[in-house]
Amino acid sequence: MKLRISNGRVIDPSQHLDAVVDLFVEDHRIVAIGEAPSDFDDCDVIDVEGKWILPGLVDTAVALREPGYSQKGTIASEGRAAVSGGVTTLICPPNTKPIVDTPAVAALIQDKADDAGMANVFPIGALTQGLQGEQLSNMVALTDAGCVALSNHGYDIASNRVLSRALEYAATHDLLVVFHSDDSSLSEGGCAHEGMMSTMHGLAGIPETAETIALMRDLLLVEKSGVRAHFARISCAKSVEMIANAKASGLDVTCDVALHNLLLTDEVLKEFDGQFHVIPPLRSENDRLTLIEGLKTGVINAICSDHQPHEKMAKVAPFAATESGMANVEVLLPLALRLMDEGDLSLDQLLTALTNGPAACFGLEAGSLAAGSFADFVIFDSTEKWLWNHSTRKSKGLNSGFSGEEMTGRVVQTFISGQRVYKLN
Amino acid sequence: MMRSDPRALQLNEQGQLKHFLTLDGLSKDILTEILDRAESFLSMGEQSVKKVPLLRGKTVVNLFFENSTRTRTTFELAAKRLSADVINLNIATSATSKGESLLDTLQNLEAMQSDMFVVRHQDSGAPHFIAENCTPNVAIINAGDGRHAHPTQAMLDMLTIRRHKGQFEGLKVAIVGDILHSRVARSELHALKTLGVDDVRLVGPKTLVPEYFRDMGATICHDLKVGLDDVDVVVMLRLQKERMAGALLPSESEFYRLYGLTEETLAWAKPDAIVMHPGPINRGVEISSEVADSDRAVILDQVTNGIAVRMAVMSMAMSGQMQEQQAAGDED
Repeated sequence: MKLRISNGRVIDPSQHLDAVVDLFVEDHRIVAIGEAPSDFDDCDVIDVEGKWILPGLVDTAVALREPGYSQKGTIASEGRAAVSGGVTTLICPPNTKPIVDTPAVAALIQDKADDAGMANVFPIGALTQGLQGEQLSNMVALTDAGCVALSNHGYDIASNRVLSRALEYAATHDLLVVFHSDDSSLSEGGCAHEGMMSTMHGLAGIPETAETIALMRDLLLVEKSGVRAHFARISCAKSVEMIANAKASGLDVTCDVALHNLLLTDEVLKEFDGQFHVIPPLRSENDRLTLIEGLKTGVINAICSDHQPHEKMAKVAPFAATESGMANVEVLLPLALRLMDEGDLSLDQLLTALTNGPAACFGLEAGSLAAGSFADFVIFDSTEKWLWNHSTRKSKGLNSGFSGEEMTGRVVQTFISGQRVYKLN
Repeated sequence: MMRSDPRALQLNEQGQLKHFLTLDGLSKDILTEILDRAESFLSMGEQSVKKVPLLRGKTVVNLFFENSTRTRTTFELAAKRLSADVINLNIATSATSKGESLLDTLQNLEAMQSDMFVVRHQDSGAPHFIAENCTPNVAIINAGDGRHAHPTQAMLDMLTIRRHKGQFEGLKVAIVGDILHSRVARSELHALKTLGVDDVRLVGPKTLVPEYFRDMGATICHDLKVGLDDVDVVVMLRLQKERMAGALLPSESEFYRLYGLTEETLAWAKPDAIVMHPGPINRGVEISSEVADSDRAVILDQVTNGIAVRMAVMSMAMSGQMQEQQAAGDED
């Protein structure tokens, strides 16, 4: 099968390309950009004049909720939401039920994802059995079963000895470990950034030190063990500085940030709306601006949606009693582009953090339109204005602080390995 | 879900109260109206017939998700003096503890066609949540939510201050003790600032007085002598025993030694300074018996004023609700 995508504006940070050129696809892969290969006279043509052609987005944090929490989402429903948002490769966390601490669960997730035929799905395996922070998981078996990294997710490993050994073991086999740096003795019971807003509204705070103390410990243990490390969802200005210093000293670490931490601050707490209950919490304006600066300077490698779908009732309660998380994967791109509208980031910086940036963190062959790459790409109408609400929503999750808002820009088609998996009606 | 600022949520289109959720954002005029109306109810309490028909035919449900005897009793008395029918639901031991969600409980109560919910809940923002998720014609009165607000307590304290001091401008007020966990302190801070008190001091150790209160216009004092210096009003807060277990304080005795109100420490305040306490008091923990029982302490006045203030707030919110329903009916 041969396919020519013509007249679109191709933007690919991996090649520093931004030009109106044609894209040529053959047998799952991109074979050329610009000049047609010699044997492309007789091929299907899709004319996308006026639209953008982007590499398929790579999202480092999409909870699919399956197995175990199908009232919140399924691999099929969240996979569909992902491709409708232009996400063609996603990494899912190990906090399913059962937890991804056996090869069988990792295989189940990938089989179901293959059946659904939606985004490419890469699970993260549990670093310790049951995420209990006590016994090491079978890390190599999990990796052989398709896990791209190991993590204890949001569950703090209280024992430095266990953590240190887990990292040494992972380093032995050159495995990637994902950290959610959080000192649970400091964050326990908290539901909002510790600051004026949480104090005034009587919400138990999560201090910055809950993240930074754990991050410092984690960095020291990464240095000692030599493990490859990725820091997920940093939220504090100080964390950006600490990671910058670690990188400058030669440590092999990367990090990402959740999109909502770039767009919102704890100012939203005044409405007591549980849709804004996220972990790590929305922090101060200084934190937000420093995270954006971290993207500009390349200290932060990726922006993720931190997609966490919930059933309706999970958010119908007073703020502290709601479950944390937002489900934004399907509007990742229009929301991220708001950062460009405000002049905070260039289009190239933004797309790097959504495509080849995250792919590189996890060593995935994705996020690029270079000849030879998998033909994972997105046709995007950058000007369409549309309302994101219950009738246009794809995810099973109904939870987002951005629900009901007007979006600018919309994914119109998504291709994975040259096959169209999504087309806007 | 609908999103709205709690400060806007509690007013109808004419700017009158239809819920009473927080003092944050309420105007000086509204706070003064509450005090004036409460003042008029106070004299009624001394008469042999203590009832007015302002809430006749209305059903008030006391929804207490957290145990409270004193606040619930004064709300009940206030509602009865307004001629309302009152139902007390102690939900701390009721359905929600069996897994029924807050929303399910509310929908059941709505189906009983109540007119007003008086809500106490352990979660900050719960009354706001209820106001947003209930049918619009039920008035919600906040009787204390988490650490967030206790607006009727703050207003009864304001009434007590006004009756003893005459006015608010130029007063110096110290609030002493566990500010961190206190919904009373937060509501008082809003009320005092709105009514014209510039000098509000929050007194206690750093573990109990977060620095962020400075951004809300308070002065923070870690030294009781500085905090009480020349003040007109001292508000002592109750110290819960759990605070020692949470490593916020070493012991009750050390707290008393540093922040306890005794005849000696009270001498740092103005000679005519009054002493208030939202109750129940811990004698020998935050306040000495001598001070608690002295004529400087106005703790029992607070209780009496509490009934009048709650009558004022309930009658105002009910009339704001009825006006809104009237307006909605006219549109139909």
